[in-house]
Parts: sequence; C-alpha cells; structure tokens
Amino acid sequence: MSRRYDSRTTIFSPEGRLYQVEYAMEAIGNAGSAIGILATDGVVLVGEKKVTSKLLQTSKSTEKMYKIDDHLACAVAGIMSDANILINTARVQAQRYTFAYQEPMPVEQLVQSLCDTKQGYTQFGGLRPFGVSFLFAGWDSNFGFQLYMSDPSGNYSGWKAAAIGANNQAAQSMLKQDYKEDVGREEAVQLALKVLSKTMDSTSLTADKLELAEIFLLPSGEVKYQVCSSEGLTKLLVKSGVTQPSAESA
Amino acid sequence: MECVFGLVGDGFAVIVADTSAVHSILVHKSNEDKIMILDSHKLLGVSGEAGDRAQFTEYIQKNVHLYQFRNGIALTTAAAANFTRGELATALRKNPYFVNILLAGYEKDIGPSLYYIDYIATLHKIDKGAFGYGSYFALSLMDRHYHSGMSLAEAIDLVDKCITEIRSRLVVAPPNFLIKIVDKDGAKEFAWRESISQA
Repeated sequence: MSRRYDSRTTIFSPEGRLYQVEYAMEAIGNAGSAIGILATDGVVLVGEKKVTSKLLQTSKSTEKMYKIDDHLACAVAGIMSDANILINTARVQAQRYTFAYQEPMPVEQLVQSLCDTKQGYTQFGGLRPFGVSFLFAGWDSNFGFQLYMSDPSGNYSGWKAAAIGANNQAAQSMLKQDYKEDVGREEAVQLALKVLSKTMDSTSLTADKLELAEIFLLPSGEVKYQVCSSEGLTKLLVKSGVTQPSAESA
Repeated sequence: MECVFGLVGDGFAVIVADTSAVHSILVHKSNEDKIMILDSHKLLGVSGEAGDRAQFTEYIQKNVHLYQFRNGIALTTAAAANFTRGELATALRKNPYFVNILLAGYEKDIGPSLYYIDYIATLHKIDKGAFGYGSYFALSLMDRHYHSGMSLAEAIDLVDKCITEIRSRLVVAPPNFLIKIVDKDGAKEFAWRESISQA
C-alpha cells in the first residue's frame, strides 16, 4: 500500500514523511562520495570518482567539482544530469547578481537561491526532486571562507567539515573525531584523503579515482580555485601514506 | 532652481540640497527634504521631477531594505550605486525617471564614498559633485577649494561658501538648504541653512 504515498512528491504520508524526497536522498547514497573541509586559509574539496568501466574515457577535467563563479565552487554527489541543471542555474544566478551589483555574490545567498529551486521540486506536483547533494566552498568579504552542504529537500547548512554521497555517515563521524580547529589547507587535505581512503569501497586509493580542488586567497587578495593535477594527487597520496609508492605505477 | 551637491571628506561624506518645491514660477514649499536616508550608512541626494524623485528614491530604499531583511547583511555603497544605476538604465528605455542622484555612504573597511548617477544612468565614483543650476557655482568653488582629507569644519566651510555664492549669483536661487552627513556613526541630518523661515 505504500504506493499510495510515494508516487507523488507533493503528498505527505500518514507518518508525515515525503517518500520521494527520502528516495532522492537514498539515490545519493549510491553515488561517489565527496568531502569538504574548512581550513583557516581556504576550503578543501575531495571527491571520489567512480570508475565504471576500463573502456570509459575519463573526463580530462573534473567531473565532480564545478566552478560556479570566481570565488565559489561546488562538489556534487548524486545524479549528474540533475546536477548539471542546478549548476547551470547557479552560474546564471551568480552572474545575475554580479550584473546587478557589480560585486561577487555572497556565498550563502547563492546556496540559498539554489536550495529554493530544489525545494520547489519537493512541493509542486508532477515533478520529481533533484537527486543531488552539493558541497559549496567559497569566499566572500562578509564571512570569509565558507563550506555549505545541501540535500534534495532543499535544506542547507554551514559546516567546518562535511561529507556527502556513499558512506557519508561513516565519513562524517570520522571527520567529527579527527577534525581540529584552525587547521591549515595542507592538513585539511591530508585529513580529507585519510577519511576518503577509509570510507571508500576500493582497497587502494589512486589518483585516477580522486579529485581534489581548493579555494584560497592569493597574496593579491584574489580568490583562487585550483584543481590538483593527477601527478600532484599521486604525490599527495604517497605523502599521506594512503598508498604505497609501488602502487602508483599500477 | 534646484541645487544638489556633495563631497567626500576625511572619514565622512556630505550631501547638500536645496529645499524648495517649485512648480512653474511658484514656490509651493521651502522645507522639502530632498536627501533620503537610504539605510543606516547611506544618503541619497536627489534632484529632478518631484514625482519621479519620490517614487524612484522610495523604490530604491525599499529594495535596499528588502535586501537587508533577506540576506541579513547590508549592501555596500558601491553595490547600492550599481543597483540604482541598473534600475535607472532599465527604466530609461521604457518610462524613464527624471532624477539626478548623489549617493553617499560609509563602510568600515572602505571609508566614505560618493557616487554620481544622472537621469540617463551614468555612474561615476567621485570626490565632489553637483547637479542643477547651482552646480555652476558649486563645482567651480569646489574645484578651487576642495582637497582630499578635508576635516568636517573645512568641508562645512566650503559648503557654506557654495551656498553663499548660489544665493548671491543665481537669479533663481533657492532660499533654504539642508546639509546631511554620513560617517562611521551613520547617516544623519547635520544642519539647515535658511534665509526664509517657514510660515
């Protein structure tokens, strides 16, 4: 009989739940995970790429990290085709704001505007919610570096360290244990890699299964979004002791 | 005829406006406030069509307030100036507002700033500026006597010079002026310069 309440997003079940929204969150649990950590001098995003086939031409650029504006980027977990739509609206929103005020959009405002869109699809009939969670990393002049997490229901919250996607609860509790206040970016990267290596299904962590992006301030005061190269990642993995040097040649 | 002018000093900005409400050859009122307090740290000195002035400045003010309620942070003076310019530019090709604006504001990290926005949606960041017939005198005097980092006393002295010159040289000079300032403590009325008292 459960079909009565989960075939439409707009209807509450007798227990007061929205099944479609919960299913959307479930869908994200199957996706590759992503971890974000707030450091004193920046924000770090690490994502797990799920390699589906040996024959698949893996994308040259990032497939989980997206730059939304000069001062803002996000990591995605969930249905990529849904995410692309949201990322596009986020980019449009950011540019609209810049057009109106000639200033970069404050990070929380962008997250909020995107979550308003997400919320709309949990309420208005005939549509399914977006099966996407985001980690937003950004900098603005009001609140400095910020990290936000959003889910399909349209909820968002600010975090010092957060995880989305597969095994996010395990990752979240590890972060809770190991997170130290006032860490630098390098330490944050180490922590993120450590947590990801322990929560990922695959036994050995290699650079081609990972993505690392950072947001930080250049000495000029400009906000920089930087994606780590696969060579850089390999070095980092060896350094953090997650993989043995011999494994990288495989 | 209308005179609105302003300048940036050391840690503050001043806006001065005449207070005459004129229609044709008649003066209807000589205590009309043409400098709106936009938010806690912004002043909007406006000249132009009386109806447009009321409508447009209130529209901008309400939008600035809405932004604050929605986002919990205030717009910077630069953002407010660009927003105002954008609204004027959009209206320009539909039903233009005939308003000339001097926008002054103060930010903790930036300090005081002054923006010039005219009715065809020109935007300039300036140190001193003026609109209306009074601008012929105010601009000349400010060119001669303005320097960066003026103290409040120096600035008010310069403002008074401008007012005196407008009153003595302009045929259609307005009798009364209102001076408002914005500094780290906020936007506020500073003084009136009246040659005709209210009935």
